[in-house]
Amino acid sequence: MDKTPNQKAWFLVLPVLILVAFSAVIPLMTVVNYSVQDTFGNNEFFWAGLEWFRELLEDDRMWDALGRQMIFSSIILAIEVPLGILVALNMPKKGVWVSVCLVLMSLPLLIPWNVVGTIWQIFGRVDIGLLGHTLAALGIDYNYTQDPFAAWVTVIVMDVWHWTSLVALLAYAGLQSIPDAYYQAAKIDQASRWKVFRYIELPKMAGVLMIAVLLRFMDSFMIYTEPFVVTGGGPGSTTTFLSIDLVKMALGQFDLGPAAAFSLMYFLVILLISWVFYTVMVNLDKRGT
Amino acid sequence: MTDATTDQIPGKLAPSGKNRRARAGINTRAIVMGLYLIFLLLPIYWLLNMSLKTNTEILNSFTLWPRNLTLENYATILTDPAWYSGYINSLIYVVMNTVISLAVALPAAYAFSRYTFLGDKHLFFWLLTNRMAPPAVFALPFFQLYSSVGLFDTHIAVALAHCLFNVPLAVWILEGFMRGVPKEIDETAYIDGYSFPRFFVKIFMPLIASGIGVAAFFCFMFSWVELLLSRTLTTVDAKPIAAIMTRTQGAAGIDWGVLAAAGVLTIVPGALVIYFVRNYIAKGFALGRV
Repeated sequence: MDKTPNQKAWFLVLPVLILVAFSAVIPLMTVVNYSVQDTFGNNEFFWAGLEWFRELLEDDRMWDALGRQMIFSSIILAIEVPLGILVALNMPKKGVWVSVCLVLMSLPLLIPWNVVGTIWQIFGRVDIGLLGHTLAALGIDYNYTQDPFAAWVTVIVMDVWHWTSLVALLAYAGLQSIPDAYYQAAKIDQASRWKVFRYIELPKMAGVLMIAVLLRFMDSFMIYTEPFVVTGGGPGSTTTFLSIDLVKMALGQFDLGPAAAFSLMYFLVILLISWVFYTVMVNLDKRGT
Repeated sequence: MTDATTDQIPGKLAPSGKNRRARAGINTRAIVMGLYLIFLLLPIYWLLNMSLKTNTEILNSFTLWPRNLTLENYATILTDPAWYSGYINSLIYVVMNTVISLAVALPAAYAFSRYTFLGDKHLFFWLLTNRMAPPAVFALPFFQLYSSVGLFDTHIAVALAHCLFNVPLAVWILEGFMRGVPKEIDETAYIDGYSFPRFFVKIFMPLIASGIGVAAFFCFMFSWVELLLSRTLTTVDAKPIAAIMTRTQGAAGIDWGVLAAAGVLTIVPGALVIYFVRNYIAKGFALGRV
């Protein structure tokens, strides 16, 4: 749609600008402020320059958390995206089952994140949980509070449970937009099921899948509540992801300077990814219209 | 007419063997969907199951369904102010947040969907970055900001903090819906002598009613599911249910039955409204971009 140039439109945007400035810009300035200062309590601050940043870059703690975060995000993407597409392809075509499936699939998305953690905490417990009890009965050694591998599996399965539906819903929305004529043409050409998927369905889903991948990447990159409730970042620090580490540092130990420096680096990484996200999306929008 | 005939041709030409394969296809479909739904529902079933058991039954015997069905856990929550006030607190700040987010997002989304102005693209992107900002980064500064202006432990503090990601979300979703409304409608209304506010409320808002509903649903939802910020910004008076739940550990261990019942009750609000937005839920998650 052609848009009219109109500078007065700024007045319509102003409320958003003021509100977001209050809730984003002021706190961020505080963070920047802390990141270059040192304190010994009593509200006395000293200029520390880039000390915290240098310390942070040399510190293994952040790099380890970042590494774990990257591995976690890659694994859940590698599972959730194909699984989501599979589910979307197997959605019922029409009738009341479509609604039933849509509603049931959306259910995990609407559960408060700590309740998601609680559900899996209970579900995986060997003494009272269905999953833990069954695994123990099968003779599999499974204890997510002691064994790092079990903790990782639990956190990953939990995330797959929580968010695969998001990918499936988006992929389904993409599939819905394919006109019937495409399938009929493929049928006349006697295209195989794989070729229909590869050359018709996948390209048509590309736009929404891109959104799904990037949303999942972002949100898994700042995951906090669910693993915190289930494992508390442990055993040891084997499931301490970036956000968990940061909250530990900022609110647990009240290390203002290092935490602020950490926050800024974290936010810069997110900003960079957001920019890629936005650019890709704008290009897809242009291609679409 | 032509559409109807093309629709029928493949069905008529298809040999019977293909029909059989199609029926087998429906079965694998049903199996895949069935397995997936079981995977999704099993943990939720287990939570529901536990919420209907007594603690002795939970801890001492392993049962697939409650043998001594009890509603006592729910009764505990619904009669103890320490518990149910959590739900009320959560609902208050969630509703406040939804109202604030929509009120500021509606005009902004209109501006983004209809006009170009200096810096519009940058502003739109900057809004998005706030949706992508990790709440963990903002936890400490929010704590200090709201403490220093005397809003700590109030509902409005949490409502404003959640605006950080809900306002961008609302702007993006609404903009997506508004793009679908032809511009001629605006122009006709102005020619007919409507002022902007009157046009916006009387004509435009009814046209995007479903968009407003979806945006409201998503603001409600993301504010409802968030824990980190709401827990950091409250201690007593505005403590959300999610934070109260983390404190079920008593001297005698965790009260599993009550914890499960509280969990089930937090799922209810989402489950109630999901039916109405089922066809838009993908659009909402994709920030209006489907």
